Amino acid sequence: MNSAEYDIIIIGAGPAGISAAVLADQHKASVLVLDENCTPGGQIYRAIEKNQKSDNEWLGQDYQDGLPLIEGFRRSRVNYQHSAKVWHLSGAKAVHYSVNGKSHSAKGEQILVATGAQERPFPVLGWTLNGVMSAGAAQILLKESGVVYEDAVFVGTGPLLYLIAHQYISAGIPIKAIIDTTPRGNYLRALRHSFGVLKNTKNIFQGWRWKREIIKSGTLYISNISDVRINGSDSVASIEYCQRSKWKNLDCKQVFLHQGVTPELNTSLSAGCDKSWDARQVCWTIDVDQYGQSSIDGISVAGDASSIAGGVAAAQRGSIAALNMLYNLELISSGDRKALSKPFKKKLSKEMAVRPFIDSLFKPHLRYRTPQDNETIVCRCEEVTLAQIKESIGVGCKGPSQLKSFTRCGMGPCQGRLCGLSVTEILTKELEIREEQAGYYNVRPPIKPVTLAELASLDET
Amino acid sequence: MFKSINSNQGELITIYFEGKTLNVPKDYNVATALLWAGVCDFRETTLNNMKRGPYCMMGVCFDCLININGMDNQQSCTIQVSDGMKIKRQVINSSGKK
Repeated sequence: MNSAEYDIIIIGAGPAGISAAVLADQHKASVLVLDENCTPGGQIYRAIEKNQKSDNEWLGQDYQDGLPLIEGFRRSRVNYQHSAKVWHLSGAKAVHYSVNGKSHSAKGEQILVATGAQERPFPVLGWTLNGVMSAGAAQILLKESGVVYEDAVFVGTGPLLYLIAHQYISAGIPIKAIIDTTPRGNYLRALRHSFGVLKNTKNIFQGWRWKREIIKSGTLYISNISDVRINGSDSVASIEYCQRSKWKNLDCKQVFLHQGVTPELNTSLSAGCDKSWDARQVCWTIDVDQYGQSSIDGISVAGDASSIAGGVAAAQRGSIAALNMLYNLELISSGDRKALSKPFKKKLSKEMAVRPFIDSLFKPHLRYRTPQDNETIVCRCEEVTLAQIKESIGVGCKGPSQLKSFTRCGMGPCQGRLCGLSVTEILTKELEIREEQAGYYNVRPPIKPVTLAELASLDET
Repeated sequence: MFKSINSNQGELITIYFEGKTLNVPKDYNVATALLWAGVCDFRETTLNNMKRGPYCMMGVCFDCLININGMDNQQSCTIQVSDGMKIKRQVINSSGKK
């Protein structure tokens, strides 16, 4: 087995990974970027090169702003492997990945995990029915392929929900309804953080403009609800929502759900990086220092993969992490590291100033983070319901790992990605403990399902 | 129904779903191509035989698993379509047999 060696291996080609790669390349480090998608840009700038050639203005300026980043990446000497599924990152900085069913391995002096975010699970009754997808999925279909669904219902909270709804409306695609689950109390709580908004008014005004234009378009906009459930036998027939203690029914065939985004944990956790519960973002975040260095020597985590701060912040955090890795590689001095990271830190602090406001405003209510109905499926893969989890807790189950052996919850192909956060919070609630005590699954390799043939092919490469 | 907002979808290629011929844009991934062609039922769950289709479209949820060219458990949202591709709904019962 030959293992290619690099100064730096970066997992993920979103804004954090790309920014880091370009900067490291400029300072003569050898860099390998592994990315799951077939083109660079991550989720935020997905398919941006393709869309540049069309006149899809409704995708918005923030999206188009990503292009120079991608162009710089294409011009660099960075080794870029697209369509690469990383299935193992060891604490010894070895990366195993597979491309087209064939496995490869590479070693890096320094590793940067820049795997971005995923959507928070939104376990409501009926969320496994055909015709229910995430709002992120709607956006991917739109950005990558120009594919849309007319008269869909969008449900949830968070900037991405307004963004995709605004893009639909701007592109002339009718939306049946937007059911906004933002808790009413959040508006007041967010106001306490309005000082930070003054440092970065652009983001906030843009959000307001989206919401105003959505409402002005005549789209049915429903808010102040206390519960939601989706009906249907095999596929969606209708959605019901509870408003002022009354259930109301809305016929529809397609529902897009969203409750914000959370860090992609599996890659960092499998390498042994420490994590902490973030009460404001209500999710696990990966512990990193000011340069993105994790608790494991030589492994850094940047961008939304450590904690949620958005695409612009991710680019700054990627650059800062690159400078630190270059310093660790003795390619730049500690003085250079400090001086060169200054402009990135300045831009980052502007982005971070607005986070307390955004996080408070869009903090999803506990009732949408953990199911209200006992029959709701929590683990989609193994079809484990809230009732089954409660039953296991009732007979002495104390944590996520035990829950696996009790119910197989979290043991399917998604490896807990779509149930892990809910499980932490269900245990916290039921056992009346803190999230840190409840913990998370022990994430072990392979972090993506691989076939035996794929594993065996390592020997041939 | 899912539909495309682009007037020109570029080059179309032929794929087969359950033996039926579908002409789909060449640059779509398998999940997108099927949704666009009106297919939303990709598989049955092993335990309760529930119908499932794509959920996240970004390789996280594994709900879009399908049989491609005889291979089960293919993550259709991460695989590009290719000419002549034979796709089947994935049905595996809990004993692992079809």
